[in-house]
Order: sequence, then C-alpha cells, then structure tokens
Amino acid sequence: MSAPAPSVELVARFGVSPARRRKDRVARGAILAATILALVPLVLIVYYLLSKGLGAWSSSFFTTDPTGNTFFKSSSIGGIKSAIFGTIEMVALASAIAVPVGVGVAVWLVEYGRNSWFAHAVRFFVDVLTGVPSIVFGLFIYIVLVVGTGSSFAGYKGSLALSLLILPVVIRSAEVILLLVPSGLRESALALGAPRWKVIASIVLPTALPGMVTGVLLAVARAAGETAPLLFTAAATKKTSYDLNGFMNSLPVQIYSDVTSPTTSVVNRAWGAALTLVTLILLLNLIARLISRRSRLA
Amino acid sequence: MTPPRPTTNLSDVDPEARPELGSRPPDPALRRPIVAERQTPPETTPAPGATAAGLSVRLEGLRAFYGDTEQLRGIDLDFHANEVTAIIGPSGCGKSTMIRCINRMHEEVAGARAEGRVMLDELDVYAPSVDVVAVRRAIGMVFQKPNPFPTMSVFDNVAAGLRLTSRRRGDLHARVETALRGAGLWDEVSHRLQEPGAGLSGGQQQRLCIARSLAVEPEVILMDEPCSALDPIATLKIEELIAELKTRVTIVIVTHNMQQAARVADRTAFMLDGRLVEVGLTQDIFTKPTDTRTEEYVTGKFG
Repeated sequence: MSAPAPSVELVARFGVSPARRRKDRVARGAILAATILALVPLVLIVYYLLSKGLGAWSSSFFTTDPTGNTFFKSSSIGGIKSAIFGTIEMVALASAIAVPVGVGVAVWLVEYGRNSWFAHAVRFFVDVLTGVPSIVFGLFIYIVLVVGTGSSFAGYKGSLALSLLILPVVIRSAEVILLLVPSGLRESALALGAPRWKVIASIVLPTALPGMVTGVLLAVARAAGETAPLLFTAAATKKTSYDLNGFMNSLPVQIYSDVTSPTTSVVNRAWGAALTLVTLILLLNLIARLISRRSRLA
Repeated sequence: MTPPRPTTNLSDVDPEARPELGSRPPDPALRRPIVAERQTPPETTPAPGATAAGLSVRLEGLRAFYGDTEQLRGIDLDFHANEVTAIIGPSGCGKSTMIRCINRMHEEVAGARAEGRVMLDELDVYAPSVDVVAVRRAIGMVFQKPNPFPTMSVFDNVAAGLRLTSRRRGDLHARVETALRGAGLWDEVSHRLQEPGAGLSGGQQQRLCIARSLAVEPEVILMDEPCSALDPIATLKIEELIAELKTRVTIVIVTHNMQQAARVADRTAFMLDGRLVEVGLTQDIFTKPTDTRTEEYVTGKFG
C-alpha cells in the first residue's frame, strides 16, 4: 500500500523542524555522556580490584592469619582469615541486635504509632541517625564502652557500633515495605474478628517478609564494609578469634592498616582483602535481589 | 491488645455506673450470644448451614465523623434478620461508612469516630464492655475489591478465618470444605486447594473471600459493593449465592447497581448526603417510592 506523497502544507504542519531535531540530538548526547562519565570510575574500580586483588588471592590467603611480619622478605606475611571471620562474626551480631529492634520499631510506627506526635518524633530521630557519619557511632561506643568502662577494645563493641549504624536503615526500609502492604488486607483480617497482633503476625509480616529481607540484607552489606565504627571499638588483631569479648580483626580495618604499609606484598594483601570484601557484599546484594523478586508487593 | 474504646457512646447506661473495660460485670448488654459464646464455647460447633439464623441489626441515631467532617448525620434503620437489605445512593452519601460502623471497622480509620447506637439483636456493639473483636466475628464483611491473603493458598485463606480467630476446633478440613461449599466455590477449587488464592479469577477470589467470612460463622454479613470489580457472569453467581446465604445470615449489601438491588434485596434503603431518605420493600422503593428524591434517583434523573 503506497500512500500518495503528503502535500507541502501537511509537511510544514506535522514535520519535525531541523532545529528541534538538533536540540533533541544535543540533549540525548548530553545525558548519554553523563551516564558514561558515571560509569568510568565504577569500571576502573572493578578493573583495579580484579587485576590487583586476584594476584593476592591464593589458597593460603583465606586460610592463614596475618603474621605481622612485614620486614623480612623470606617469611610469609600471612592471609586474611582472621579478618574474614571477624567481619562475619561482628556483622552477624550487629544484625542480630539491629534487625529485631528495627523491625519492631517499624511495626510500631506503621501499625500503632501512625500519625501520633511520638511516631513523628521517632521518624525524625531515625532520619537524623541515618545521616550521622559512621565514625561518630564508633566514637560514641568508644567513649561509652571503651573509655567509659575503662576496658579495652572488643568485638561486641564493634558489633554495637555497627548495629547503631544500620538500625535507622533497617527501620526505614522495613517501614516503607510495611506501608506497601495493602490496607485492605489488614481490614479484611480485622473484619474476620482477628486481634490486631494476629493480623500483624499472620498477615502483615509474611506479606512484607521478602521486601524486608531485601532491605535488611542491603543494610547488613553496608555494615560489612564500614571501617570507621570498628577502628577504635574492635581494633585490629592478627589471630582469628571466636571470642566477641576480645580484640577482633575485620576486613575493612585490615585493609586500612595494610594499605598504609611500605611493603608491597602487604599493600597487595589489602587489594586481595578488598576484593574479598566486595565479593562478600556482592553476594549479599545478589541474595537480596533474588529474594525481592519473590516479593508479592509492587 | 485492648480493643479501641468507642470515643462517644449514647447508650442509656449511666456513665457513673458504667463498668470498667474488661471487668465483665453483669451488664444487661452482655446477655447476648456473641459474648456468651466467647465465655463458654460450645463443645461441637455446628457447621455453617446447620446453624440457625442471622441476627437483626438496628441503627439508632447513628452519626459518624472523619475528623471534623460529619459523614453520617443521624441514621435510624432496621435490618431484619435473615433478609437482604440493599443500600443505594450516590457516591459519597455515606453508604460504606454506615456499614463500616456496624462492625466497628469505621474506627480503624485514623481520626474517625461514631456516635449513636448499633444494636445487634439486643446488644449495643458500642457499649464499653463489648469486645470489638467479638463483634467482628459475629458480623462478617466482604469488601469491594477481592482481597485474598496473598501469602496463602486457597485452603489457608479459608482456614485463616478460623486460625486468626482461634476457632480451630474440630476438623479444620471439613469446616473449610463446608465454607467453600457455602460460597459455591468447592467444585471449582477442590482439586487445587493448595494453589495460591491470588491465582483464582476475580469472581472466584470474591467468593473465596465470602467463604473466608462464612468459615467464622457470622450472624450478619456486610457487603460493600462486592460485585463492582466483577464481570456480569461472576456477578450473577455472587447474587445467587446471596439468595442462598440469607437463610442463615442477615445480609446488608451496598451497591451502585440498582438492578442488582432489585434482584437480590428484600428491602432497600436509599441514602443521600449522610441521611436515610427512605427504606421499604425493594419493589415499593423502585415502583412507588414515597419521597421524590428516591424516585428521581431510581429512575436515573440524578446520581
């Protein structure tokens, strides 16, 4: 079917003017350039992590503790086992503290507090906490639990600092997800004659669960990468420790201390540890994505 | 959980003599079944269908507010036991608010409150000693949009009514089947009870929600435009179901569809602007209304 060529008037009225075509091309080019510009550092980070970090990886890298020897080339500097275990232990304890409390606060805000002045006050303080730099949480725990009690650094103190750090994130993400649960579900359960706590426990929380797990995992991933709260609460140590009451090593602190070393092999260990940390966080993010795909909420 | 205390109450009980919440004194209002049943549950609960009758509901000077806005301006209305009463009226006239006052769902909205009395048989559901949870077990509700619980299977959706209300006595499976049969859904879902309830069609979902309400064995079922999201075939099935159900429950149905009111309702009430204009036998409301506003509405001159 070939249509007759449109008249000149029609082309003038409905055709795209060359000036608009130019503007469109310039605008598209600008936003594409911005996107590429933003990708450059990302790609470079991944490139350096892989090229330098993979070189440091070996089987003994994950199975040995750092020896502390950085001066004699003949002996080994050791791996990052203590840092991996320390990070996992401290982050696990931090999550065990922050997640129940945070979800509890979110449930209270959404189901009970709603628009009361106290709920608004809580939301305001949670927002303030979200913006507090991580080193301030470390400092707080240092003043209260290290200096304040006259005791020394300990893994659980690092966990407390991390849990303070992620608590506002957990609260806010859980609150957002709980608000997404349709009010019709709550109403129909209430209208059946269910007490409110049962509605929350059997209807609201299961519906919100996948979304909440995603938010929690993202918060946990953030905690795993933090150096500042651990520097003067859990400190750094060489030995792998399962005692949260003692000094505890962690990946970010290990990286921090290694990267300032004058010895090349130790700096390389920092790269290897950084790649390990990024891989761990990437895994958490992947799990979070898989779970959020199962979510029944929009 | 403490049930929310009704903000205001016009019951004729002397406020001085009003008992403390929870102390359960011999309040005359408490002689009625829904509370008595909670105190001494019968050993064997008869299956729905075998249970006798619905209860009547009477509104006395019912007023409802959202904040400072008065949505219901004093309604006196009787819903006879084991009858279907349709509520018609233009959008925003307070139909939904009114039926939400009957099972005290109105107070779930922030800033909402109600005044006046809602008598379930002889019980004032707003009396301070009455447990709101017990009221809602006696007065079921079906909503405009079918809302099966998304995390649950067909079976669990119906069983949820029993589990959530701690009425899990006797054979759960038998009671789920009875409720599904009562909702006319059994033949369609009996082979896929473990599939998600949200996977059913819209009409099936709505009948699933009706089955969920039936499982708790209420005496009254409130329906808030239950067919507005459904196609004509599914609507017809729900209407047939309503006709069957009224032998065992009292039904109040809000509808925008006047043909539907004419098909299912024994009596019809016409509301306008938060007030009851007229109530009567459905055929009278549609053929010889006494109020000109009713006549204009049912003949399509406004609304």
